Amino acid sequence: MLKYLARRLAATLMVITLVSMSVFLIFDVLPMDPARLTCGKGCSPAVIEANRHRLGLDVPVQVQYGRFVKGLFVDRQYGDGAAAFSCPAPAFGYSFNRHECVTTLIADALPVTFSLAIGAFFLWLLIGISLGVIAAKRQGKWQDKASTAFVLFGISLPTFISGILILLMALKFRLIDPIEMGRWVSPFESPIGWAKNFIFPWLTLALAFAATYTRFTRSNVLETSSEDYIRTARAKGLSEKVVLRKHILRAALAPILTIAGLDFAGLLGGAIITENIFNLPGLGRLSIRAVLNDYDLPVIVATTLLAATFVVVMNLLVDIAYAYIDPRVRVA
Amino acid sequence: MKPFLEVKNLTVSFPTEDGLVRASNDVSFTVARGETLAVVGESGSGKSVTSLAVMGLHSRRSANISGQAILHLPTGPMDTISATPEAVRKLRGKSMAMIFQDPMSALHPYYSIGDQIAEAWALYNKGSKADGIRRATEMLELVGIPEPGKRVREFPHQFSGGMRQRVMIAMALVNNPSLLIADEPTTALDVTVQSQILKLLKDMQKEFNMAVILITHDLGVVAEVADRVCVMYAGKIVEQAEINDIYYKPDHPYTIGLLNSIPRVDQLEGRRLQAIPGQPPSLISLPKGCAFRSRCSFSEQVPDNRCATEVPDLNEKLEGHFSRCHLTETQLTRARSLAGSK
Repeated sequence: MLKYLARRLAATLMVITLVSMSVFLIFDVLPMDPARLTCGKGCSPAVIEANRHRLGLDVPVQVQYGRFVKGLFVDRQYGDGAAAFSCPAPAFGYSFNRHECVTTLIADALPVTFSLAIGAFFLWLLIGISLGVIAAKRQGKWQDKASTAFVLFGISLPTFISGILILLMALKFRLIDPIEMGRWVSPFESPIGWAKNFIFPWLTLALAFAATYTRFTRSNVLETSSEDYIRTARAKGLSEKVVLRKHILRAALAPILTIAGLDFAGLLGGAIITENIFNLPGLGRLSIRAVLNDYDLPVIVATTLLAATFVVVMNLLVDIAYAYIDPRVRVA
Repeated sequence: MKPFLEVKNLTVSFPTEDGLVRASNDVSFTVARGETLAVVGESGSGKSVTSLAVMGLHSRRSANISGQAILHLPTGPMDTISATPEAVRKLRGKSMAMIFQDPMSALHPYYSIGDQIAEAWALYNKGSKADGIRRATEMLELVGIPEPGKRVREFPHQFSGGMRQRVMIAMALVNNPSLLIADEPTTALDVTVQSQILKLLKDMQKEFNMAVILITHDLGVVAEVADRVCVMYAGKIVEQAEINDIYYKPDHPYTIGLLNSIPRVDQLEGRRLQAIPGQPPSLISLPKGCAFRSRCSFSEQVPDNRCATEVPDLNEKLEGHFSRCHLTETQLTRARSLAGSK
C-alpha cells in the first residue's frame, strides 16, 4: 500500500508539472503582449519595456518558468531599486492590472469558491441519492416517473438559465438583498449569514448535478438489487431496511464516490457561470475576468494550475478512498 | 416420520407481456427432519422457483403464488405462503435457510466473511460483535476451513469456489435451522470439490438434524445423498419415490430417459448414452395433455390418444411411489427393460 501510494504521488506531481509547463507554453505562443496591456493607450515604448522587465517577461520562457517554480517555494522579487517589491511564498506571480500578488487574490477567492462547491456538493448528493433510491424502490410507480421528470428537467436546463430563474425568483420574493448579494460572510463569524448568502447558488448548482446523480443512483440500485448476494442477504432473514442500507447501498454508491469526487474537484476550480450570476467573488470569476477584461497572465496561469491540481489530487484521494470501500481493490 | 415441511398444491406463475409463465404447477411434497429430499429436473422445470416460494423470496409484485408451504414449528404450523412478509422473514435463517448455486456471486464482495456470518448470527442471538466473530470462527472450523481464526477476517475474493460454498453453508447453519434448501450447491464447483461439499452437507445434516431439500439437475449428486426424490418436468412433479425405486424402478418415461442419459457402472460396457430428443415445452403455452408427450417414445402405446388430451394424475402405482403417466405398470416394466438394453 505504501509503495502504491508513493508511486501514485509521484505520478500526481508529474501531471501537475506537465500541466504547468503546458499552461506556460500556451500563453507564450499566444499573440498577446501582456507588457503592452499593462498601461493605457498613450504608453511610450520605454514604459512598456520597463514593465516587461518588471513583469519578468524579457527573458526566455524556460527562465520565466524556472522563476515561477522558484517563487512557489521562496519569496519572489519584482523589479529593482526603489520600485522593487516582493510577494511572499508561495508566490503565483504579481498581477499588474490588479496591483496585487496573485496569491492574495486567490486567497480571497478560494473560500468563496470552496463554500459554493462544498454546499452544492452535499445538497446534490442528498437530493440525487435520495431521489435515485426512491425511484429504484418504487420502480414504475409515480415516484419513479416524477424523478424521471426531474432528471430530464435538471439535465436539459443549463445553469445560466436555471441560475437566472432562481435569482429572479429570489429577488421577486425578497429572499435576497440585491445590495448585500455576493458579499463574503465567513461561516465562522456568521454561519447563518454564510448559508443565506450561498443557498441560491447552491440550489442552482445542485439542480444541475442532482439530476445526473439521481439517474446514476437509480440504475446502480436496481442493478445491485438483482445481485446474488442481495438474495443471500434476504435469505439470511435481514429486514428490507438493512438489506437496502447495508447491502445494496454500500455496493451501489461506491462507484458514485468516484464521479462525486471529480465533480467536486472540478467545481473547486471555479463555477464561472454560477459565480457570475450571483456576483460571487470566487475563483471562477477571478479567472474569467483575468481572461476577458485584461489578459492578466499571472492570474490565468495560477487559476488554471490550481484547477488542474484540484482534479489530480482529488483523483488520488478518490482512489485511496476506494481501496477502503472495496476490499478487492486493496490487494491488487 | 412427521414431516417438517409440507408443500401442498404450490403454484407459482409470473405474468409477463407474452402471457402467464407457469413456472411451478400444483407441486406437493413433504420433507422431515433428518431426511434429504432431492428435487431433480432440467433448467426451467420449476425447482428453484418452488424453493424460493417456500422461502418467501419471490417479489410479491412479480409472482402470483397459491397453495401452501406449511412449516411444522415447535410453536405450531405456519404457512409461509399466506403469512405476512415480515413473519416469513423472521423464519428465514432461523427455521429455514438456503444456499445457492454460485458461491462466487452469493457473498457480498465488500464485507469480510466473519462480518457476513456474524450478521446472520446477530439476527437471532444477543451478543457483541466479538461474540459474533467468535461464533463465525467456530462455524468456519465446523465446515472444514483451515486456519479459521485468520480466514474469518478475509474477504470473499480471497477464497476459492469450494471454500466459498463452505462459507455459505457455515452462514446458513449459524442459527441451527430446521430446514436447509440447497439450490444446486455443487453445480459451479469442480467434481472433486463437489463430493467434498456433498459429504459436508450430509455431515451437517446429522449434526443439526435438519430437513434438507437438495435441488439439482445431476442424478449422480442425488445418488450420493438423497433419501427420496422428486422429479420435476415443465413445472410439475412427474415422479416421486424412494431413492432406490427411482434408480431401479423408474416409473415415468422422463425419469427413464434421464437415467439413460448418465453413465452407470452397473451396466453393459459399450452402451451408448441416450439423450432425450426435443425440448421442454414453453411454460407460457403448455400443451393439452401430458407435457412430456412430444418427447416420449411410449405415448403411442396408450390407447385413445389419452396422452394428447388428458393430463395424467400423480398416481401412487406402487407403495410410496408416485408417477404422472398413463402407461400401465406392465408397459412401464417393458419400457424400463427396453431402455436398459439399448
